[in-house]
Amino acid sequence: MIKLEHINKQFKGKYALKDINLSINKNETTVILGPSGAGKSTLLRTLNLLEQPQSGLYQIDDQSVDFSKYISQNQILTIRRMTAMVFQSWNLFPHLKILQNITEGPIHVLKQSKSKAQENARHLLKLVGLPDVEGMYPNQLSGGQQQRISICRALAMDPKYTLFDEPTSALDPEIEAQVLRILLKLAAQKRSMIVVTHNMEFAKKVADQIVFVENGQIEFTGSREEFFDEPSGRIHDFLTAMEL
Amino acid sequence: MWDTIVSSTPQIVQAGLEFTIPLSIISFALGFIISIFTAMIRISNPKGNIVFKLLWRFLKLIADFYVWLFRSTPELVQLFIVFFGLPNIGIQFPAFTAGIVVFSLNTGAYCSESIRSAIQSIPEGQWEAASSIGMKYWQVMSLIIFPQAIRVALPPLSNSFISLVKDTSLASSITITEMFMVSQQIAAKNYEPLLMYSIVAVYYAVICTLLTWLQHYLEKRTSRYLINRGA
Repeated sequence: MIKLEHINKQFKGKYALKDINLSINKNETTVILGPSGAGKSTLLRTLNLLEQPQSGLYQIDDQSVDFSKYISQNQILTIRRMTAMVFQSWNLFPHLKILQNITEGPIHVLKQSKSKAQENARHLLKLVGLPDVEGMYPNQLSGGQQQRISICRALAMDPKYTLFDEPTSALDPEIEAQVLRILLKLAAQKRSMIVVTHNMEFAKKVADQIVFVENGQIEFTGSREEFFDEPSGRIHDFLTAMEL
Repeated sequence: MWDTIVSSTPQIVQAGLEFTIPLSIISFALGFIISIFTAMIRISNPKGNIVFKLLWRFLKLIADFYVWLFRSTPELVQLFIVFFGLPNIGIQFPAFTAGIVVFSLNTGAYCSESIRSAIQSIPEGQWEAASSIGMKYWQVMSLIIFPQAIRVALPPLSNSFISLVKDTSLASSITITEMFMVSQQIAAKNYEPLLMYSIVAVYYAVICTLLTWLQHYLEKRTSRYLINRGA
């Protein structure tokens, strides 16, 4: 379980996250929604410690961090190993072939044997429907294919929680559907996923919990039924604005 | 003229093999190592307690001062200070060692700038992607960032190496009998300075041309991954 208490993060005096309190259950899909610049990505990156707030408590399973105190490098690495991340712009390693992109983490971080890491990677490539690209470089793949590889890279770390930062926003609609189908598959496997997205259909289909963020604050947390079926106030306005 | 070319060749080639080439290779290798350390010190902002941060800041100041000093003063002056000046305070180097010291430090200062800018040119997303899966700083650097940065740094590093080969002719001023000094000595005997300096210029050009070919080969090798889709 992930628990955030009184998280505050400022950039140049402006709050990006303000008094965030949130619980995220294991084996569930949590979808973070909100307008652009609301602080969704900052919140997600905090879970991987790519962003470190100025204050607040962060607990993830048996690890806990007090952001107002010094955080050791070991603790940062431990938490990062528990929370692999998929980025909006993929960020594959361009100088490594696809198989190496997926195995580099397991071999060097998890100390898996090369053969085991490669076997896992090939299994993941099949899972995302790209069994024949292992010898290619990222540059040779389309955006959608690269995003699927970056999902493999994250899953290869066998994370306790997988974080997705707007994984489809840089893709065109047809390719977006390919990536979303993989996320649906993962959700069906009861993986613990936290997804920042603008895709309402995806949220409607898979979210066990929805978190609505605006101006660095959480305005809503609850089930997808509560969010979509009984919207009120600002949520209603947001959903209306998202409709054509 | 042909006789002069034939008779001077063994001496110039020998000087090249004994001094010019070793001086260039050793100095570049040491300079490259120095440049990596210097660049890393200048771009890193490690986290830690206040004492560690102060110590790092001090190291940064030393690295900044070193780069400024060696880029702001002529190499010939540096050679004279090390070989003729330092003995005044009891530090004496043999000529070859003095050459290595100066050329390494000089190369290190210039190359550190090439490496620093190459590392900084790698998108932030690469750092984040590698860090997000739990890689340690040195793993991110050695497995992800440096292999990409070296491709960017290769042309300026090659330029530095080629310049270094030519700059070793300055070592003649501190009594190292490298190719240029040998050609000077022969010219003093046969009174054919135009011919002798032209011959040695050709030898320098041959070495630098070979290095340019090596640079192109390495550039191709390190750019293998930049294949376009459908290529």
